[in-house]
Amino acid sequence: MIEPVLHGRCQTARDRTEPLLRPGNSNCGGCGMSIVLNMLSRGIGQRRVQMVIPACCGIVTAGQFPFSAYGAPVVASTFASAAAVASGLARAAQMNGEDTRVLCFAGDGGTYDIGMATVSAAAERDEDVLYVCYDNEIYGNTGGQRSSATPFGARTSTTPQGKLQEKKDILAIMAAHRVPYAASISLAHPEDTVRKIRRAVGLRGFRFLHVLSPCPTGWKSEPADGIELVRMAVRSGLYPVYQVRSGRRFHVDVEPDFDREALRSYFASQGRFKGDRIDLDAIAASIQDNWSELHRRDTGGDDDDGQE
Amino acid sequence: MTIDFLSANHAAAAAATLAGRANRNGRGFGGGVYPITPQTECIEYLCQQRFDKGEIVRVESEHSAMAVCIGMALAGARTFTASSSNGLAYMTENVFAAALYRLPIVMMAVNRTLGPPWNIWVDHGDTLALRDSGWIQLYCEDNQEVFDSVLLAYRLAEDRRVLLPVLVCQDAFVLSHTMMQTDVSDQATVDRFLPTLRLPHQLTEQPVTVGGLDFPHETEAHRRQHEEAMRRVPQVHRECIDEFARVFGRRPAGAVQGYRMDDAEVALVAMSTTASTVRKVVDAARERGIKAGSVRVHMFRPFPEQELRQALAPCRRVGFLDRDISLGLGGVLWAEGRAAAPSYALVQNYVLGLGGGDIRPRDIERILADLQAREQAGEPSILEVAT
Repeated sequence: MIEPVLHGRCQTARDRTEPLLRPGNSNCGGCGMSIVLNMLSRGIGQRRVQMVIPACCGIVTAGQFPFSAYGAPVVASTFASAAAVASGLARAAQMNGEDTRVLCFAGDGGTYDIGMATVSAAAERDEDVLYVCYDNEIYGNTGGQRSSATPFGARTSTTPQGKLQEKKDILAIMAAHRVPYAASISLAHPEDTVRKIRRAVGLRGFRFLHVLSPCPTGWKSEPADGIELVRMAVRSGLYPVYQVRSGRRFHVDVEPDFDREALRSYFASQGRFKGDRIDLDAIAASIQDNWSELHRRDTGGDDDDGQE
Repeated sequence: MTIDFLSANHAAAAAATLAGRANRNGRGFGGGVYPITPQTECIEYLCQQRFDKGEIVRVESEHSAMAVCIGMALAGARTFTASSSNGLAYMTENVFAAALYRLPIVMMAVNRTLGPPWNIWVDHGDTLALRDSGWIQLYCEDNQEVFDSVLLAYRLAEDRRVLLPVLVCQDAFVLSHTMMQTDVSDQATVDRFLPTLRLPHQLTEQPVTVGGLDFPHETEAHRRQHEEAMRRVPQVHRECIDEFARVFGRRPAGAVQGYRMDDAEVALVAMSTTASTVRKVVDAARERGIKAGSVRVHMFRPFPEQELRQALAPCRRVGFLDRDISLGLGGVLWAEGRAAAPSYALVQNYVLGLGGGDIRPRDIERILADLQAREQAGEPSILEVAT
């Protein structure tokens, strides 16, 4: 993969002239979500978008009324409601014959937990919405509590000894809705990511993108290491980068080399994993299980149906 | 004039359909809908209608039903939904949100007792719990009033001086499932009453964040603006009634409706269908030479304190009949309305008909006798009337 990442931003002539994330936002240094927004900006291009962002770091990003750091109109929705508010916007656009792309931008709390029923229902109705879940594996905005996206062993303020349960497999859940498009994207693989964002923006119906989004504050990691951490997560097989079309056609986009050193380093670089709960052999075995299933389901052929 | 034989559920849905179609040259009509007894027939009716420009979204919860309304309203569409009881309780977060976004959403609520234990019959505790949500609240007495109030609600909600959501309430089963002759107006007449909605803060391409972060001084300003809008409601409501009467040839209810109050010494204050029974008892009392009268509170938010004060001015004894209870306080209507009674009046609260217990004339006669015989007001009386 070619990875033209400059200071955490994709900077090319194809960047949005008026980017989604403008200066003046309040994100922490090294926030993965900032990078996601810049990649989204590039993938969306000049298309007309409206965003719905529930209560989460992503709405604090906008800053204080009446200012907004977002380069597109945004509705700040109640925590559980992003996908339903977006359904309303999308239906209104549809009945008025407008080509507005409606985008939900929510964290793991708003997606895996409190928003699950809403997301699931919008997916089942196949609403014309692109749902992006930036997953920092924690309730970041409230200071770092466990969510159902927090991985086993991670220390949070509500799991001080380390979480005892596994992370939910959100992409499998969303793919099981047989939505037109569900994919995971990697901040360390911008070519693949921007290509998939473009595809997701172009398609109709419910589309879901999952992105592992480093949170230096909650992960107790170096702000400058975010992209490297994602690269290690992808390389070790811990964070699979693949896409599912209509719930059936699986395609792995980035093959991991299951590098044991990358796996070790991923866990060693984050303060949240300090302690004795992390068993690398068990994690490596679980990764292998997961991947044999993924490879079994991979139907090959990354067809784009001329949608790009 | 087209007289139809409709339940109040269908009357509300028919009015919403006409209001929705009246916005066909604007941004259209829609809303999220979710079933709950005894409101379900309303949304079923809506789902059977055809709209040139309309989208009824069958969602997975009341919480999302209101969220869809919020999204569509922010996109400039006219919106409607309906709910009841525990559904409203579940929806509550977005009920507040809809008002705080200043969206002219209209919702029909069938008043039903909150559970557990499970009870599907009428009391007013569900919508009165939303009295601080920033919505306008109207309580209806018959099916025609439900129909008219839904139409009027759009004109009131969408007025630039108001821009607030409206809750139109009706009693479970007593109205929701009772068929009455209802004058359902034709589309052309409704079109004349309801101009195309133009929401000033409709989401366009302008990069604003609606509902983002407020610091204390902005919140102070936003709450003040919201309250100022509420205080403009009585005047705008009167104008809407005049306009309604001009277009439809019938006059909908005002905020407060007095009955035989001109020389009344003893008055009973009630809401919704209880008021119909109260009037019968007042008539019977008048025949016995008692100077009785009654007042119905149609608009509960904003609370019509001035009108209520005027209506109660001649009275020496006032009884507030609540089909609700704020536990630890007493009836909500009494708690809010007692300040509007004359300072020299004896004011007593009667809580009755909770959980749908039938309120019969004999129950109200008992109350009237108690009110007349009292030497002083006491704690709220809680009557068990169900048999």
